[in-house]
Amino acid sequence: MPINLDAYLGVHADALKVSSQRMELLATNLANADTPNFKARDIDFREALAAAASPNSAAELNTTQPNHLSADATGQDAANLKYRVPLAPSLDGNTVDVQLEQAAFADNAVRFQATLTFLTGRLRTLMTAITGQ
Amino acid sequence: MSSFKIFDIAGSGLSAQSVRLNTVASNLANADSVSGDPASVYKARHPVFEAVRAALGAPKSDAAVQVRGIVENNAPPTTRYEPGNPSADANGNVYVPNVNAVEEMVDMISASRAYQNNVEVMNTSKDLLLATLKLGQ
Repeated sequence: MPINLDAYLGVHADALKVSSQRMELLATNLANADTPNFKARDIDFREALAAAASPNSAAELNTTQPNHLSADATGQDAANLKYRVPLAPSLDGNTVDVQLEQAAFADNAVRFQATLTFLTGRLRTLMTAITGQ
Repeated sequence: MSSFKIFDIAGSGLSAQSVRLNTVASNLANADSVSGDPASVYKARHPVFEAVRAALGAPKSDAAVQVRGIVENNAPPTTRYEPGNPSADANGNVYVPNVNAVEEMVDMISASRAYQNNVEVMNTSKDLLLATLKLGQ
């Protein structure tokens, strides 16, 4: 009986992907903490995970030119990206709240680590089954 | 996985903030560089940051930061009557740069905190990536 590794790893593989995208986005927000008119954005994790878990649910666009925008359902498209509502807007149009972003980054890092732990557990289980020890 | 881009993003933040620290250092170092000519006296300068979006065709949400330019503060220099100063003009006046030391110190603290933030981001991402590489061991 062949094992479907994707199904075996479950939601965690997708969660890892979305987590790493979110990490990138939060790093962007933190790097641009002093950029005038920069608008902080974040991923709606639930939506992005749902989109990543069922990639066929979203309509795919044909890209015939190298500079066509793709609309892949991996959390990179605009649907899952949300602008942050600033609590205290600054005069230069920047909406990055550094403390908020730091907290979100730490939260995301812990979730990433948790996902890695789950994945490690699954893989160890598999190794135990294979080696029989 | 494209997490290596985090290093580019955080790295761009590091270099932008270090430019900012450099301008602060330059402003503070020249705070007392008086001149006899109000046009040629040192002016406080500050960098303006700008987000760099990925090239068209790469549907990326991430953006690095770059220094768009360095602007000089056009506030008039302070005039000080110092006839004994060798660089004084005909009326015995020297012109002091419009550097506000308090503003510069605040800017320095802000820049150094932002720099530390980016370093933290890099450290955390590095740890997570290394953990990912060790997956299943």
